[in-house]
Amino acid sequence: MTRGARIALWGLSLITLAVLLGPLLWPLEAGAMNLTARNQGSSFAHPLGTDQLGRDMLARLLAGGRASLAVGLAAMSVSVVIGAAVGVAAGMVRWLDGPLMRLTDLFLALPLLPLLLIAVMLFRAPLSAAFGPEMGLFILIVGAIGATSWMGTARILRGDVMALMGRDFITAARAGGTRAPAMATRHILPNVASALTVSASLGIATAILAESALSFLGLGFPPDFPTWGRLLFDGTESLASHPGRALWPGAMITAVVLCVTVLGDSLRDLADPRGAP
Amino acid sequence: MLLRSFARSFVTLAALAGPVSALERGRDGTLKILYWQAPTILNPYLSGGIKDIEAASLVLEPLARYGPEGVMRPWLAEDIPTLANGGISADKRSITWRLKPDLTWSDGSAVTAEDIRFTHAYCTAPGGGCSQADKFRGVADVEVLDPLTARVTFDAPRPNPYGPFVGPQAPILQAAQFSACLGPAAASCTEANFAPIGTGPFKVVDFRPGDAVQFEANPGYREPGKPAFADVTFKGGGTPAAAARTVLETGEFDYAWNLQLRPEMLSDMEARGKGRITAAFSTLVERLAFNLTDPDPALGDARSTLAHPHPVLSDADVRRALSMALDRPVMVEIGYGTSGRATCNIIPAPPAYASDANEDCLVQDLDGARAALDTAGWTDSDGDGVRDKEGRPLSLVLQTSTNAVRQDFQVLIKEWWRQIGVETELRNIEPSVFFGADPSSPDTFQKFYADVQMFAGASDGTDPEGYLSTWFCGRAPAPENQWQGANISRWCNPAFDALGEELSGTGGVEARAALARRMNDMLVQSHVVLPLVDRGRVSAHVLSLGGVEMNAWDSELWNIADWTRLPD
Repeated sequence: MTRGARIALWGLSLITLAVLLGPLLWPLEAGAMNLTARNQGSSFAHPLGTDQLGRDMLARLLAGGRASLAVGLAAMSVSVVIGAAVGVAAGMVRWLDGPLMRLTDLFLALPLLPLLLIAVMLFRAPLSAAFGPEMGLFILIVGAIGATSWMGTARILRGDVMALMGRDFITAARAGGTRAPAMATRHILPNVASALTVSASLGIATAILAESALSFLGLGFPPDFPTWGRLLFDGTESLASHPGRALWPGAMITAVVLCVTVLGDSLRDLADPRGAP
Repeated sequence: MLLRSFARSFVTLAALAGPVSALERGRDGTLKILYWQAPTILNPYLSGGIKDIEAASLVLEPLARYGPEGVMRPWLAEDIPTLANGGISADKRSITWRLKPDLTWSDGSAVTAEDIRFTHAYCTAPGGGCSQADKFRGVADVEVLDPLTARVTFDAPRPNPYGPFVGPQAPILQAAQFSACLGPAAASCTEANFAPIGTGPFKVVDFRPGDAVQFEANPGYREPGKPAFADVTFKGGGTPAAAARTVLETGEFDYAWNLQLRPEMLSDMEARGKGRITAAFSTLVERLAFNLTDPDPALGDARSTLAHPHPVLSDADVRRALSMALDRPVMVEIGYGTSGRATCNIIPAPPAYASDANEDCLVQDLDGARAALDTAGWTDSDGDGVRDKEGRPLSLVLQTSTNAVRQDFQVLIKEWWRQIGVETELRNIEPSVFFGADPSSPDTFQKFYADVQMFAGASDGTDPEGYLSTWFCGRAPAPENQWQGANISRWCNPAFDALGEELSGTGGVEARAALARRMNDMLVQSHVVLPLVDRGRVSAHVLSLGGVEMNAWDSELWNIADWTRLPD
């Protein structure tokens, strides 16, 4: 493992730990307002200051991290699972290739925001009723982001799988009577794992950013539910007077995305015996 | 002795003559105005945009306009026609305007009643696409009685006949210039539309649509010594924040318009001491509207319709308690600063129309709210912090459009309502959807698939008759009218409707104002709608610019003829 990867691993663990344990340890609640302490700078009581409603920025940053990381991981999983399934199926099965790749093109060509608007309109009420307003929206957002960001993964995997299918060990495995599902899990997926991890790490970043955009348009979580994306968008307005409000969530998003990408890269290097340093 | 005293008085006279000669027209050089939306045309009859109407108001003038206090002032007219002075006929079917004598257009020709008649013909010509056709709705005819007098006749009695030729949207055009521009030819008359000849203090020298207008003082302006500025550079484009900076921080421009920015941002800029922020208030009120019908999704198509009254909010005590829990002054401080005022009236202006019977709502009363809910039978019987009654928790959905200030308000309201034992779920909706009026979308503010919602609304002009009539019984949005009704709360009170009928038959400002105040009180005291903030128009000017009187009822530049450069 390279030095960079080690730093990234430490960084990511630190952020994850802080986000998971922070709200339990930090005495102030993310939603607690103190109208007498609005727009304060950093102090001992509020290390990152307070926002325009007197809420503690550190508490909000920690609480926001939970939501953002959860959305990022969950949406990435959805997107990678769909992407891998489509990519592997298209690469392995010749007659599925055409239709599946046209489907991928179709999804790539779809205007994303109108699609999400319709999805929110159709599914928000039933999901909220079934799982409660916040969990319902979480499922909706994760589903929506996952279902609209798998195309890159699918295309990359299809190419890799097609190249693999021409290799001798696959021919040998096929001659040995290996069935398609076993072939996929035993021979194909381990060999495309590197591409998959890189897609997955980039997927987390995309998902966190997509959630921010949705929150901004009012399609995301309720306004009192902090996520890094929402904090960032709320903060951009007062960038000149209170830069910290936008810079801190922005820095956290950047740090997570950077760590995940470096880790993904390092994982790829580890999985690739030829490229090992 | 005599000679000396004569000499002294001569010196005094000479000293007096100094200031007199300084009061000549155009003595103060160039005035620079920045509108962050650029004007694209200078004919208000072909544009609904405020930027275009205000840019044109330097040149084109109406017969009468509204002053900052919301009272009508004669402008090109000699006086305001009323029933008392015989200007309005006894049957309220016609109004007779008389022009000031000796008015001239900036090309030197005389202004006559023929121009008034022509302006009506211009806006009502078929195929002309006149944006201000509303102003002339119901006008049967405009006749010229003599060169200075015109009579406007209406189809039906009109208690408030001050629509046509009043305000910056309906100024007088020069018949000679626009005579070839009637009907379908209107839009192709580029030269006239880009440089109309007017009676105002300035005339157009150069106009680059979407960029800038160059004006110079009208040599034939009716008041001697005015305007003080020789020319005006009217620049368009940019953002509100950038516009505020150019006036308040760098002083590059003298005046910037419509600065809806965060209050802290504006006050920080003003603190630099280069300029001043001015606000003017009309009737734009940010409010909470309660849904008096049941938005329960289980009702299907009958959701939010009159068939099912709201199980919680039909109780007036609950609505009153929810109002008492709000701290309106704090909301103003957080969201609007100097550009807002806490209000308890849905009609906060003009002063004559504003009721003073509701001021107690300005003070937050959490204990009173709790007591009111207790008495109404809403208690926290299961100890979960949320009140309930007959097994139904006091839990509401509060929705509004996506907008930073509104989201802050939502969070504040949720917190205050939590303190009195009311649970609130927040929802924000993209503004183009929320205000889009699309009958197929479930998220419009007319459909109101929520318990409470926040939005702003205003009366058009100073007379609130049309505005108040939106709360009439039959005007609730419903599937039968494609959800296009204006009575968002679905409130119905026959006594209110009766007052509205009375208002539409009553003439005279004072009597109308008294009726409007009663209707406002009835609406506000039944807590159907909770007024929160009276939102103002905000502009900024440099400290060296004198004479600015912000006006929310008319063009902000209405008195530009009186603006001067103050000595340091």
